Amino acid sequence: MNGIHDMGGMHGFGPVEPEANEPVFHAPWEARVLALRRAAGAWRRWNIDAGRHSIETLPPADYLRLTYYEKWFESVIKLLLGAGLVTPQELASGRRDPAVPVATPPLTADKVMPAILAGSPTVRATSAKPRFTVGQAVRARGINPGGHTRLPRYVRGRLGTIECDHGAHVFPDSNARFEGEKPQFLYTVRFAARELWGETANPVDTVHLDLWEDYLDAA
Amino acid sequence: MSKGHDSDHGHDHGQDHEEHSALSETALRVRALESLLVEKGLVDPAALDAIVDAYQSKIGPRNGARIVARAWSDPAYKAQLLKDATSAIAGMGYSGAQGEHMVVVENTPSVHNLVVCTLCSCYPWPVLGLPPVWYKSSAYRSRAVIDPRGVLREFGLALPDEVAVRVWDSTAEIRYLVLPERPAGTEGMTAEALADLVTRDSMIGTAKVAAP
Repeated sequence: MNGIHDMGGMHGFGPVEPEANEPVFHAPWEARVLALRRAAGAWRRWNIDAGRHSIETLPPADYLRLTYYEKWFESVIKLLLGAGLVTPQELASGRRDPAVPVATPPLTADKVMPAILAGSPTVRATSAKPRFTVGQAVRARGINPGGHTRLPRYVRGRLGTIECDHGAHVFPDSNARFEGEKPQFLYTVRFAARELWGETANPVDTVHLDLWEDYLDAA
Repeated sequence: MSKGHDSDHGHDHGQDHEEHSALSETALRVRALESLLVEKGLVDPAALDAIVDAYQSKIGPRNGARIVARAWSDPAYKAQLLKDATSAIAGMGYSGAQGEHMVVVENTPSVHNLVVCTLCSCYPWPVLGLPPVWYKSSAYRSRAVIDPRGVLREFGLALPDEVAVRVWDSTAEIRYLVLPERPAGTEGMTAEALADLVTRDSMIGTAKVAAP
């Protein structure tokens, strides 16, 4: 979607302001949001792409106003409601619907570090052959998908070069809609800064993105 | 956090009031959601504590600094790291969530790498921990790709025009770690001592490693 989250190349947000000696969390609730999102995710009722899309579909003004963990919190509520793990009545009252049996959490404390260390790799075996080879010229498609996509606006229609073949990875556009992983080849594509931003960009600078086959055409 | 759970049941109203008045609206909502999810058996509070502890005290930029220091000290390891970062980093015990597929990019006198995620805030958690606020900010996400040299100047790093700036926009599940240049004057230092020099920002690409 052409959402507010697709920020690459926008103007007007001011300087980058690093914070000296920044703590990992600025308040205890931020840590709880991180943990709640991960622990609730262990039910596997959504995936990382659906999770990202739930943030992207926050109202644009909210997206800009809310902090990172506030966005995560609003998104985890959307995901819990969407998955039916929590009902709107329960959310409003803060109390469990007694008609629903108490569940057993899939993620217990002893499983936390093993789960973190294992992660969720997205590479998939495939019998397909890659459509592109390293060094090949490609053009990012000038498409405007209404759902989740990882093809930013600032490269659409632009000419680049295949730099690396990462094998087949879960395709986020379909996965976010729960329409399957549909793995396809993922490539690092190199774009000259001048191709993206015009003549004022430094001629030796480049921007590199990881793009799936469905985002690319041979040039 | 169990204290909040108790107060939701109405015990000790005086303390309840005092506690709530000190908490933001968001903190109260988070606490209420946690209570509900625990009550429904959807999450285990001990697991929540373990997750917080992992990212608060176990997983952070010290991990990445050890990788960098070893690469500086051990040419065979550096070669492996640049060829297959995922396995080289896993060999040091760091792997998993938000670092399932790693790529290490090397800074040289003629190339400077900078990592960003314009679409959200993807970041290599196993080696750098959770991202700082500035990395997640609209200013950094919007500008790193169109004005990397301006962003770097704000971090105090002015690069000559002939140094190529390579920006890595983390649009998939590949996560990037910058291997900064080893500073002069560090010959003979142990990997442990070198790791103390390596900052988080130098592994994102917004800084160089300063000489000791």
